[in-house]
Amino acid sequence: MDIFLNLLSVILREGFIYGIMAIGVYITYKVLDFPDLSVDGTFPLGGCASAALITLGVNPIIACVICFGAGALAGLVTGILHVKLKITDLLSGILVMTALYSVNMLVTSKKAVLSIFNMNTIFNTGLGKLLYDIFGQWGWVIMAAIVCIIVKILVDIYLSTKSGLLLRGAGSNSLFVTSLGRDPGNMKILGLMLGNGLTALSGAVLTQQKESADVSSGTGMVVMALAAVILGEALFGKVSFIRATTTAVLGMMIYRTGLTVAMQMGLDTIYLKALMSGLFIIALLVGRENKKRQNNSVLRSRL
Amino acid sequence: MDSLDNKKDINIEEKTDKKIGNKINKKTVEFSHIYKTFNPGTVNEQDLFTDFNLSLKEDSFNSVVGSNGSGKTTMLNLLCGSIPIDSGDILIDGKNITKMKEHRRSRFIGRVYQDPAMGTCPGLTILENMSLSDNKERKYTLAPGIDKKRVDYFRDELSLLGMGLEDKLQVKVGTLSGGQRQALSLLIATMSPIKLLILDEHTAALDPKSSELVMDLTQRVISEKHITTIMVTHNLKFAVSYGDRLLMMHRGDVVFEASGEDKNNVSIKDLTDRFDEISIEDGNTL
Repeated sequence: MDIFLNLLSVILREGFIYGIMAIGVYITYKVLDFPDLSVDGTFPLGGCASAALITLGVNPIIACVICFGAGALAGLVTGILHVKLKITDLLSGILVMTALYSVNMLVTSKKAVLSIFNMNTIFNTGLGKLLYDIFGQWGWVIMAAIVCIIVKILVDIYLSTKSGLLLRGAGSNSLFVTSLGRDPGNMKILGLMLGNGLTALSGAVLTQQKESADVSSGTGMVVMALAAVILGEALFGKVSFIRATTTAVLGMMIYRTGLTVAMQMGLDTIYLKALMSGLFIIALLVGRENKKRQNNSVLRSRL
Repeated sequence: MDSLDNKKDINIEEKTDKKIGNKINKKTVEFSHIYKTFNPGTVNEQDLFTDFNLSLKEDSFNSVVGSNGSGKTTMLNLLCGSIPIDSGDILIDGKNITKMKEHRRSRFIGRVYQDPAMGTCPGLTILENMSLSDNKERKYTLAPGIDKKRVDYFRDELSLLGMGLEDKLQVKVGTLSGGQRQALSLLIATMSPIKLLILDEHTAALDPKSSELVMDLTQRVISEKHITTIMVTHNLKFAVSYGDRLLMMHRGDVVFEASGEDKNNVSIKDLTDRFDEISIEDGNTL
């Protein structure tokens, strides 16, 4: 029972933290229809920048905000490469992801792992400390949930504003945005900034919880986040009162559960990335089947 | 519309009134010495427009017919800025817009496309689509995207379509039928004040009944809102029965034109005869 509860707390905690990234990837992949690979670079960027800032004595909350900004900047570069310089979406992401590896090494002063043991983080100061003192490791879960839910609510609010509607319009039919006298390319750049900002924030929060940053922690993040978004939509997309941002987080929970269970059953960590790809393929197929069924029902209802 | 633009409009109007003394002669669109060559420098090089000139009067409803490759759609694309122009000038309300970007021109040009999927956002609801386009004249800020005070107005506008869409505000546009989407596209394109409406074979993808319906609606909207309109169509019946000016294009030129009384006397047969003549000419020159 203890082991079970322990596992559950890990799944929930990591689900909420990676869930922030899932919300970000939901914006680029689902809202904008942009398969953004730069996420593999912005996730460790957030982690490394957060660790470096905390080492410098910056307030951990402010560090999170700066990391969001750093991620947004990386998204801006991806956006400019794609929109202004007309490089394909996949390639723009790969270019930024690759370049960010150097940036991340620079940020950690050429260290592959930067630890921040016993330094101030959002989990061991202020509210985080209070929650940990009362609930133990569940305090971390609550703290992660608080950050994730705040992000979710802010994103939901944004998507319902005029600017947010225009962003969704740009993803749904960019010609429509043109017909409104606006440049759909600029909306794409804005969405990429938002998505990568949230990814970096997710990396920053994870680093603060684990008290160490790893420059290679980005590998497989795109695959994981995309799988979460698709899985969440496939399983919960039809429930009308659950918003898409929530389904992304729920998808991440399920994905993390799958990974954690596999590891618990004694799977060697070297198989982890292969498993992540495998889970992604399953999520993709489930999502596609669901879409087919939905389309069929739409067709049928028209007849 | 910006207050600045309004002022400019009034100025232009006053000037024109003084000069010509007759508002009817005011031109909304002027193509002046247009040149456009496709695939220049290759074996597929094709000079489509060579010194093309055309003007559209304010409040006029112009139908354009012509075979494939006659330059109808290219003319619309040049007008909207979807493709670049080689040389020449395009004026709207006397203002040169040749160098203006496509999305900038959209602020005063409304366009309804052949494909019903192009004029609306399929992933957004009817309400969201209308709210977005209702905001065209203003900035897209962080204010709530849906203005509750406008919902009744949207409902009224939708009920004019007579398709029951006013009860489907929360329905995603992607699930509507082609006719419904095209009617909505038309409504959305004309919601904000525009100077020019472009109908790009907008009934071609619809079944006969829906296209009649959308065409009726088009006529109603245009006469209600007094918008200068240019309609490209392959439907000769529509070209003959709607609009006050008829143009036939061939190889980047207007080869036949009728307006007012003359247009009323044009029959579909006249048009098909003219088409036949053209193809024979083509046969002779080839």
